[in-house]
Amino acid sequence: MNSESPNGIEPEAQITVRNLTLAYGSFVLMRDLNFTVKRGEVFIIMGGSGCGKSTLLRNMIGLIEPTEGEVFYEKANFTRSDAEERRSFFRRFGVLYQSGGLWSSMTLAENVALPLEEYTDLSPVEIREIACLKLALVGLKGFEDYYPSQISGGMRTRLGLARAIALDPEVLFFDEPSAGLDPISSSRLDDLILALRDSLGATVVAVTHELPSIFAIGNNSIFLDSESKTAIASGDPKELLAHSQNAKVREFLTRGERRPGE
Amino acid sequence: MLFKILPVKEVQTQSDGAPGVSLETVGDATLVVQLSGAWRLQKNVTSASPVQKAIETSHIRSVRFDAKALSSWDSSILIFLTKVTELCRQQDIVTEREGLPKGIRRLLELAEIVPEQEGARQATDPRSFLAGVGTTTTGSYISLSEMLRFLGEVTLAFVQLVKMGARYRTADLFLIIQECGPQALPIVTLISFLVGVIMAFVGAVQLQQFGAQIYVADLVGIAVVREMGAMMTGIIMAGRTGAAFAAKLGTMKVTQEIDALITLGFSPLEFLVLPRVIALCLMMPLLCLYSDLMGVLGGAAVGLWMLDLSWTTYYHQTIHAITLTALFGGVFKSVIYGVLIALSGCLRGMQCGGSASAVGEAATSAVVTSIVFIVAACGALSVVFYIIGV
Repeated sequence: MNSESPNGIEPEAQITVRNLTLAYGSFVLMRDLNFTVKRGEVFIIMGGSGCGKSTLLRNMIGLIEPTEGEVFYEKANFTRSDAEERRSFFRRFGVLYQSGGLWSSMTLAENVALPLEEYTDLSPVEIREIACLKLALVGLKGFEDYYPSQISGGMRTRLGLARAIALDPEVLFFDEPSAGLDPISSSRLDDLILALRDSLGATVVAVTHELPSIFAIGNNSIFLDSESKTAIASGDPKELLAHSQNAKVREFLTRGERRPGE
Repeated sequence: MLFKILPVKEVQTQSDGAPGVSLETVGDATLVVQLSGAWRLQKNVTSASPVQKAIETSHIRSVRFDAKALSSWDSSILIFLTKVTELCRQQDIVTEREGLPKGIRRLLELAEIVPEQEGARQATDPRSFLAGVGTTTTGSYISLSEMLRFLGEVTLAFVQLVKMGARYRTADLFLIIQECGPQALPIVTLISFLVGVIMAFVGAVQLQQFGAQIYVADLVGIAVVREMGAMMTGIIMAGRTGAAFAAKLGTMKVTQEIDALITLGFSPLEFLVLPRVIALCLMMPLLCLYSDLMGVLGGAAVGLWMLDLSWTTYYHQTIHAITLTALFGGVFKSVIYGVLIALSGCLRGMQCGGSASAVGEAATSAVVTSIVFIVAACGALSVVFYIIGV
């Protein structure tokens, strides 16, 4: 407790979530969520389908205003920030959306370039160079002038990743990054995410229920349970698999295998 | 049926009878349900009412099944069996399924393994007429306040644009201008010309009776320039561009493109709505002028070929009839219509839900909203023009 600063936020915390309640109208999805994501961590939000994983992520990036509670980035309060402050937060985010969220009327290069045009004073030539570099990083070299509808699903996920890292963000959010990918593409994507995390020094928050990905990339996690409407476990997924006493968590992490006697 | 022609199936159909159920009471408390024949979904689903009658009239404590005479089965037998099981459950009667084939037992177990989730079934009781009226009224109140909020947000975005320049891509603006300006010319030409022709034709038939056919030029000129040019352009653009705006923004919402803009710090209002409003504001007066011209030409065509008026006579008569005030009045109206179409289209697009059918609804609703607003604005502006004496 000595390491905590006056407002109760740990010094190495990148994201602090306090007493967050997620609700659609009067229907409460999750309540009293409290967790901290430390700098450089790969933090996994897991739980069964429909339990509010994506909603939690959307609350954390400001697409939905939380019903109650607050989200802090480092020591700054994100939930209570005004429009101008929001922009400075958004500058530090990279988000990869579940259905891509790729701008269909722009080419791949333009998709990656738009955030750069918005937040930097670089010349169009330099922006194009950076956009091409980011596309090359995710293995899309040569596809700069294609439109998102002309490339495959796996390539679109990688394009989303290229756009998410366009501004060298501090925090990367992934919403079901490997949904709809074959096992090999999915594991390559995991490698890519780890490589980018290491080289950019970014913190990663990922919503996923792909077990191989969870164990491959995650080193901290939170487990949401729709029945008790709150988080029932947290910690390194591998540790949870080895030591968690909670039957639901074990069942999830072992794909439904139960220990004898359960 | 086709399979009856095939010899292989013939053998099978001989052994297949119609689905049959016969009941037999064994001892004093056990009912045996004997199932026979071929149970197929194509034939009528066998009713469970004989079983119901049997278990309601006598004191049966358990029900057994005998499927020895059953030749083939599919989901139809499952429906029958679930009905029987449900009936027995209500009467506290034990059902023994040992006599059924393994496949049927397994499927019945699967259907029962997950109990119905409480509260999952939505209330379907019919609402009273008054409740319906009330819900619709409060709904329209909410929709009005949403409309006003959207209008306020767009106004703020415009203020932002004037103060420090808004953030949208100039390339996008030009693309939208091209889509809602030059590309609309063919349809505007066709409709306006034909409306001119129709008005002249209807007028000519009447005016010829008095030998006053020359006034067809006045009739068409004034009507087209004051009202019809702007109105026709407005309605064409509502159907063409307003719907396109709603569908485009709605799809962007479904595919999370708008979310991606927001988390990059772009305001969708500045990035998507402003260029569309600006483009229509710029293009509508031009299209309206063009439509005026086409309408007058349509009238002239009737005058030249049907009424044998000379080109110069028609031209001079038209020029004398149209005042500059009337022309500007029409053009001003068209700008207002343009704003209304762009706002309705974008509003419905931004309100769109998360599915393909929601996009369709957004497009429909955008057209309806813009046409309603155009006609309402037309009426209001006519009154205002009359009061200020234009």
